[in-house]
Amino acid sequence: MKRVLVTSLFLLASAITFAGGYRVGLQGQRALAMGHTGVAYVNSAELAFFNPAGLVFLENKINASAGGFGVFSSVAWQNEGTGQYAQTDSPMSTPFYLYGSYALNENLSLGLAVYTPYGSTVEWPTDWAGSHLVNNIELAAIFIQPLVSFKISDKFSVGGGPIFVTGNVNFNRNANRFLTDLEGNRSNVTIDDSGVTNWGYSVGAMFKVTEDFTLGANYRSEIILDSKDGTATFANFPNDSGAPITVGTTTIPSNGTTGFTASLPLPAELTVGGSYSKDKWVVNFDYTRTFWDVYEDLDIVFSNGQESINPRNYKNSSIYKVGFGYSASERIMLRAGYYFDESPVRSGYFAPETPRNDSNGFTAGLSYVISDSFAIDASFLYVRFKEINESYDYVDDGSSFGGAYKSSAFVPGIGLTYKL
Amino acid sequence: MKNYIKYMALSAVLLTACEAELDNPIEDGGVYTIGEADFSNYIAVGNSLTSGYADGALYISGQQNSFPKILAGQFALAGGGEFTQPLVDDNTGGLLAGGTQIQPNRFVLALDADGNPEPVRLEGTATTDITNVLSGPFNNMGVPGAKSFHLVAPGYGNIAGVATGASNPYFVRFASATDATVIRDAAAQNPTFFSLWIGNNDILSFATSGGTGVDQTGNLDPSTYGANDITDPNVFASVYNSEIQALTASATGGVVFNIPDVTSIPFFTTVPFNAIPLDATTAAGVNQAYAQYNGALALYATAGVITTEERDARTINFQEGQNAVVIEDETLTTLPNPAGGTLPNIRQATAADLLLLTTSSKLGTLADPGNPSSVIGVGVALGDADVLIPEEQTLIATAQASYNATIQGLAQANGLAFVDSRAILNQLADTGISFDAGTLTSTFATGGAFSLDGVHPTPRGYAYLANQAIDAINTTYGSTIPKVNIGSYGTVNISN
Repeated sequence: MKRVLVTSLFLLASAITFAGGYRVGLQGQRALAMGHTGVAYVNSAELAFFNPAGLVFLENKINASAGGFGVFSSVAWQNEGTGQYAQTDSPMSTPFYLYGSYALNENLSLGLAVYTPYGSTVEWPTDWAGSHLVNNIELAAIFIQPLVSFKISDKFSVGGGPIFVTGNVNFNRNANRFLTDLEGNRSNVTIDDSGVTNWGYSVGAMFKVTEDFTLGANYRSEIILDSKDGTATFANFPNDSGAPITVGTTTIPSNGTTGFTASLPLPAELTVGGSYSKDKWVVNFDYTRTFWDVYEDLDIVFSNGQESINPRNYKNSSIYKVGFGYSASERIMLRAGYYFDESPVRSGYFAPETPRNDSNGFTAGLSYVISDSFAIDASFLYVRFKEINESYDYVDDGSSFGGAYKSSAFVPGIGLTYKL
Repeated sequence: MKNYIKYMALSAVLLTACEAELDNPIEDGGVYTIGEADFSNYIAVGNSLTSGYADGALYISGQQNSFPKILAGQFALAGGGEFTQPLVDDNTGGLLAGGTQIQPNRFVLALDADGNPEPVRLEGTATTDITNVLSGPFNNMGVPGAKSFHLVAPGYGNIAGVATGASNPYFVRFASATDATVIRDAAAQNPTFFSLWIGNNDILSFATSGGTGVDQTGNLDPSTYGANDITDPNVFASVYNSEIQALTASATGGVVFNIPDVTSIPFFTTVPFNAIPLDATTAAGVNQAYAQYNGALALYATAGVITTEERDARTINFQEGQNAVVIEDETLTTLPNPAGGTLPNIRQATAADLLLLTTSSKLGTLADPGNPSSVIGVGVALGDADVLIPEEQTLIATAQASYNATIQGLAQANGLAFVDSRAILNQLADTGISFDAGTLTSTFATGGAFSLDGVHPTPRGYAYLANQAIDAINTTYGSTIPKVNIGSYGTVNISN
């Protein structure tokens, strides 16, 4: 047992799921440990996220799963043409989840899910070479979703529910590549908003092909977060007059606080997959398509007449996932997995606020059964990115910002599963 | 449970080992090579252009964008050491001597009452007092105002001589002793690499004074020169050679810059010779006022006292539209005025005359507020100090050509990297230089290359010069120092 565990840790490294863009694929310890699979895996309340149709197939009347992760990510950048380099010093972010289901009767279960599938925390050194694109950004969105799961037959069920989203954003970047006040401090803008809300939904279906083999599909709708009530703070501009000034072709906004509007899409996602159980083993396969093409641009329009137009032009992308589970003993379930995560970022649109290229995620974890009702779940994700030479070619002064990027992320997580 | 603990311990190890790292990190060194040069102790020697002077003043953010500082930043990627500068105390610019301001604050671009941007001296109190001597030595030995021979002049940093102009307030701030010379203080630091850009002021102070100084060609004793004189080319060659010898005593290499043309600098090219717009009525009135002067010239020409060419050149004629400015020209023949005294030595400017940038604020204003016909440039001529006439330009160009021959010859003889800053500034003035967000030109205030004094570059201009130096260094020494992106450097500062 000891040997198996250590081997799995070294060979598979461990895993955490990061999907492209600002999707954070960390929606359950058990699923994550198995390559973030679970659309057809009837095992715990994590189904509330992965496929609510499956909740009605859970054996117990009450099921709950809760947990959190510590995301440690870093990005290194350099440009050999100029000799510039930088590395992010991003603080740990902590996505979490809380799922519960209650079986009203044999054919109908109700559920509740709270989870954080989107977010981004990137902190570059202030005034670094790419500071005209981002100094730091913090995005977070909490999804809250009541659920219903209904068994149509012994083999087929459906489920779903409305999603309420509340999000917040804080984003700072410099005005351009060089503007300063008279003391040499770089002119910069911070936008900040919280409590941006909207509604969406998810629906799923599950089909038990045989006793051992299950298929599932789950769709989560697109949700656009429209920020209207936030504040934009202009600082260190060489203009304290209270009104923009125009010198030649350049307009310089005044220092101070103003409003802004911006839209951030949280794209729709479709997952299909299967789960096969035999003896002590479980194997899951999931395929996820994320409809990133909704993210065409990040346009910030300020109340003082300034605007910031940032083409993104994301493309739809896929994640291919596989996970394994092994019941090592009555009390211990070992898990491991792998996924390949395509980046939604097109070449030439590689912006340092979400510097994601294709990645390989290696996951592992275990569940330890404490009692009839309680189990502790732990997981670990290591995301391996290849070094990539990329650029963002749409800086508003006509220039391009690029270089070699290398990202890495690893995410330990811990959670609790309850059943009654 | 024991295994679980082991798992957690492993996780902790992986956590600390998982920082993203590039395959060949610049940060670790080894990406760039030094060739035959050694950048570990770079010393920059020169005048205001080396110090980072801009906008008519020395101030901190200007110094932080000096071309030597930019160079040193790139050298640091290939073994270059720390680069220290004698930073002033503020971003106001200006110097004090014992609390009394002796150099003005910097220029900034401000909006006038009509919303038009114009350069003004920044308001505020200068805090850099030259009695506060810094403890050096410093890698940047650029001294604003220094001429070639000043670098070897003992006492150039002695505060006792500042009031009389015998010494330099900027060198006073960091000279190692009252009898120190700039070049000795530089050489004493045993530079492994150096830059030398000197000689600009040997002609430029003559040029910016409108040619009121003396061409000292033939006078080999610079101690007898006035502040606005042209340095004798042999004096230049002698001191320049001694400076190169002092610096190459320890250095593995260096980079030298030649002297740009004054006609490539916006200080001399911004104000047009025909800067006077007049309507037909006013033009006729002005011509009426000059009728006597024109009539006297015609008489002297007929009598053979002056040539017809001089008569034509001196005859004042205003028309509806843009008109040439009336200027003083001391090369004209002094003629008795039939009405008594002498006729003024004046004529209208031509495209060959260079009107100094400083005339832009007085052209069209009244010399005598009570006299509406005393419009400067029309009824009242611009003075000798306001214009570089072709004869003065020739004196400058002759000396400059000799200096540049010396610089290039000594660069070759000593195996030094050579930057043809004359060609670079001419290109900026003629076609501009494109970069990733536009074109850098010499156009005053808006072109991006020159700061608001019209003589010194902006940070972006200095960055471009630094890149040219890097090219020359890489070619000469076989190094692979990377260049900077000039689009990341600022231009003129706006204040509102």
